[in-house]
Amino acid sequence: MIKATLRRIAPQLAILALALALNFIVFPDFFSIRMQNGRLYGNLVDVLNRGAPTALLAIGMTLVIATRGIDLSVGAVMAIAGAVAALAVTSGHHWTAALGAGLLAGAVCGLWNGFLVAVLGIQPIVATLVLMVAGRGVAQLLTEGAILTFNDPGLSGLGSGAILALPTPVWIWVGVALAAGLLVRRTALGMLIEAVGVNERSARLAGVDSRALLIAVYLVAGLCAALAGVIVAGDIKGADANNAGLWMELDAILAVVIGGNSLLGGRFSIAASLLGALIIQSVNSAILLSGMPVEFNLVIKALLIIAILVIQSPKVKRAVYLLRASTGQPARETRPPAPRRPAEEGRT
Amino acid sequence: MEQMAEPVLQATGVSKYFPGAIALDEVDLRLYPGEVHALLGENGAGKSTLIKCLTGAYARDGGAILLEGVEIDPRDPLDSQRLGIGTVYQEVNLLPNLTVAENLFLGRQPTRFGFVDHRRMKRDSARILAEYGLEIDPGRLLSSFSIAVQQIVAIARAVEMSGKVLILDEPTASLDREEVELMFSVVRRLTARGLAVVFITHFLDQVFALCDRATILRNGRVVGSRLLREAGQTEIVTLMLGRQLEAATRTPHEAEPGEVLLSFAGFGRRGAIEPFDMTIRSGEVVGLAGLLGSGRSETCAAIFGAAPADRGEARLRGLPVRLGDPREAVGHGLAFCPEDRKIDGIVGDLSVRENIVLALQARQGWAKPISRARAQEIAEGYVKALDIRLAHLDMPIRLLSGGNQQKALLARWLATEPALLILDEPTRGIDVGAHAEILNLIERLRARGMALLVASSEMEELVACAGRVIVLRDRRQVEELTGADISPDAIVRAIAGEEEAA
Ligand SMILES: Nc1ncnc2c1ncn2[C@@H]1O[C@H](COP(=O)(O)OP(=O)(O)OP(=O)(O)O)[C@@H](O)[C@H]1O
Ligand SMILES: [Mg+2]
Repeated sequence: MIKATLRRIAPQLAILALALALNFIVFPDFFSIRMQNGRLYGNLVDVLNRGAPTALLAIGMTLVIATRGIDLSVGAVMAIAGAVAALAVTSGHHWTAALGAGLLAGAVCGLWNGFLVAVLGIQPIVATLVLMVAGRGVAQLLTEGAILTFNDPGLSGLGSGAILALPTPVWIWVGVALAAGLLVRRTALGMLIEAVGVNERSARLAGVDSRALLIAVYLVAGLCAALAGVIVAGDIKGADANNAGLWMELDAILAVVIGGNSLLGGRFSIAASLLGALIIQSVNSAILLSGMPVEFNLVIKALLIIAILVIQSPKVKRAVYLLRASTGQPARETRPPAPRRPAEEGRT
Repeated sequence: MEQMAEPVLQATGVSKYFPGAIALDEVDLRLYPGEVHALLGENGAGKSTLIKCLTGAYARDGGAILLEGVEIDPRDPLDSQRLGIGTVYQEVNLLPNLTVAENLFLGRQPTRFGFVDHRRMKRDSARILAEYGLEIDPGRLLSSFSIAVQQIVAIARAVEMSGKVLILDEPTASLDREEVELMFSVVRRLTARGLAVVFITHFLDQVFALCDRATILRNGRVVGSRLLREAGQTEIVTLMLGRQLEAATRTPHEAEPGEVLLSFAGFGRRGAIEPFDMTIRSGEVVGLAGLLGSGRSETCAAIFGAAPADRGEARLRGLPVRLGDPREAVGHGLAFCPEDRKIDGIVGDLSVRENIVLALQARQGWAKPISRARAQEIAEGYVKALDIRLAHLDMPIRLLSGGNQQKALLARWLATEPALLILDEPTRGIDVGAHAEILNLIERLRARGMALLVASSEMEELVACAGRVIVLRDRRQVEELTGADISPDAIVRAIAGEEEAA
């Protein structure tokens, strides 16, 4: 099982190593970590810390994509949750209540998406586009167009505090990842989600409650986005409805794709997606440290996608195969027969 | 071998290896102009793999292919089409979200002033399909038609594409007698023009009716090639199986069935199946007979809640029961092996093991996972019991041969130990040996007290296994035959709607 997982995430580990090495080249001090006031500082810690929102989003996105869906609204949900939490705390509630309110907002958003997809049968990309557009508007209404700042040490601690020397966001995403991983792999959820993603009709006819599963994955995606939104708000001590989570859905999708998860649904690995999130953050960091203009970021990300796709060539072949099928040429199996050993189909 | 012309297509030493399996081992095949050549063998013998290697859908690991004496190496099916080899693959691959006409003319649409001439395309499509007795609107989406219609469209497309060779991999699996006859006459017309036709099927009567010669594969090797007018059915079957097939002549059991398991009153679904009354007892096999589109599959789907009934009521062991969706049905101990295994049955990318435990797991709920060891044990048990041929249980089920996928789906439902097992075309694509085994299995399950509802287009199958046969016509139950009254003739008469006296 562990061996299978390792084999599954080997390409991502290699790329992460490469990205970190890149950081080292542009900034030789990259790996140095120092302890100050009982807290660890260093670029490596930064990568883990700054990567928290993407990592959280990637967890939910992995599950959604495993069902052959996609959630474009997570960035907007981050903004909503941040605004709700900020509103709650500025109107005098305890920070835990504010966190709860933010999460509740995320849950409602997730359920809404799940309802559109699973009950009304709207295509996920369209269904979640609705909230992607409208959600940011809702957040702006909540903050009345301004940045809603707060000065609550509890809430801002979620974004900028530290526990046992490590930044709080790191604890949060690692904790959520472990919980999600255990939940899907220690129960039958993982397999059932994969079954729905591969062939929903067959799964439904086998008695799988595909509707409930679909709603559940969008709910999880909403909750993860809400948590990410609260962390971001806590970090800047304010809710910025215009910029919080902007374009983050794309990073989350990218993390999942870098993680080698097929957008066609089915087999998934949360661990690999998380590595994807870290790879993205490392690249961001390298560009920042090298002093190159930030605009390069986008180009480099594009190159990264290409590299990843080539590394996972059986998938490229499959995409080519599907492309051919959809452009009308008769479909054919991959060639050469990609000798994918079953172990590689392992999961985390 | 008798005097013959040069072969149109000659394959020598074709080999294909998969991880953990040698699918083809130095296979030779010669096709002569004007002949229909049957390719026979058990499930997993390598028939489909050979076709895929010949047409470039798979890259072969060895061997040469000569087309009219010239060596060819088609890179993909499109390539082989250009060379004049038209193919219907076992898993029909048309594009369901295009219209019938577009599917027929894909890649060679007629144009007018540089634009696709839709009117002409539709007109030509209608003409082509009429040859197969199909009068449908070719402007409708392919997915709105049954698999039978889709299969005919696939055949028609391949026929239009084939200049020299036509390859048909189990094309008749979902067709009725009449459609099979129409297809046969099209094939005969083609061979009269000098085409060579490869025909893969598990229906031996069709082989003897249509084919001139047969090449028999076993475990990836050619074990013989015979002129069919000189060979007997037994000889062919023995070659295929490597052993004699015991004649499976079971007279349906007269034993008393148990108590009523399910009863239906005025049960039906608008547009699918007229309201019907029916009872199913434990320990009996009820057969559903009828032509394509007569409502066989619709009856099954309504009972299982796949396309739930919108009128009437159902009672389970005397108590009213709601069968609103498959999950409820599974919860009540129902099981359903649907007709179209690729779309409604297999979960292609999941392993054979996961596919086998899927229904059981779904019924137990997500919180109670079946351990890997337990799943392995269950799957191994059924692989052995049903003789499913595979390299290992971890392989994705889509890589199994068609017949073996069918058996794995049967295993999925047997693992739930259902009270009622609904089988829609249970032996579709299953070889003669396994066919007999499945009929035996049905009898064993019945004897153990299970109720079975078997929908089938094969009269002989119903005669062999059912204690009661319900005949459907035009989405309506029209007759019920019991015990000694069940015979292929009686079923055919009932389907045709002739009076008993006739
Ligand atoms: N891509 C693949 N990877 C691994 N094994 C494969 C693959 N494709 C086919 N096989 C194996 O090769 C063998 C031959 O399969 P094939 O589909 O040719 O059988 P077949 O004779 O057409 O059987 P059927 O009558 O059931 O359709 C089977 O054991 C199958 O499991
Ligand atoms: Mg086959």
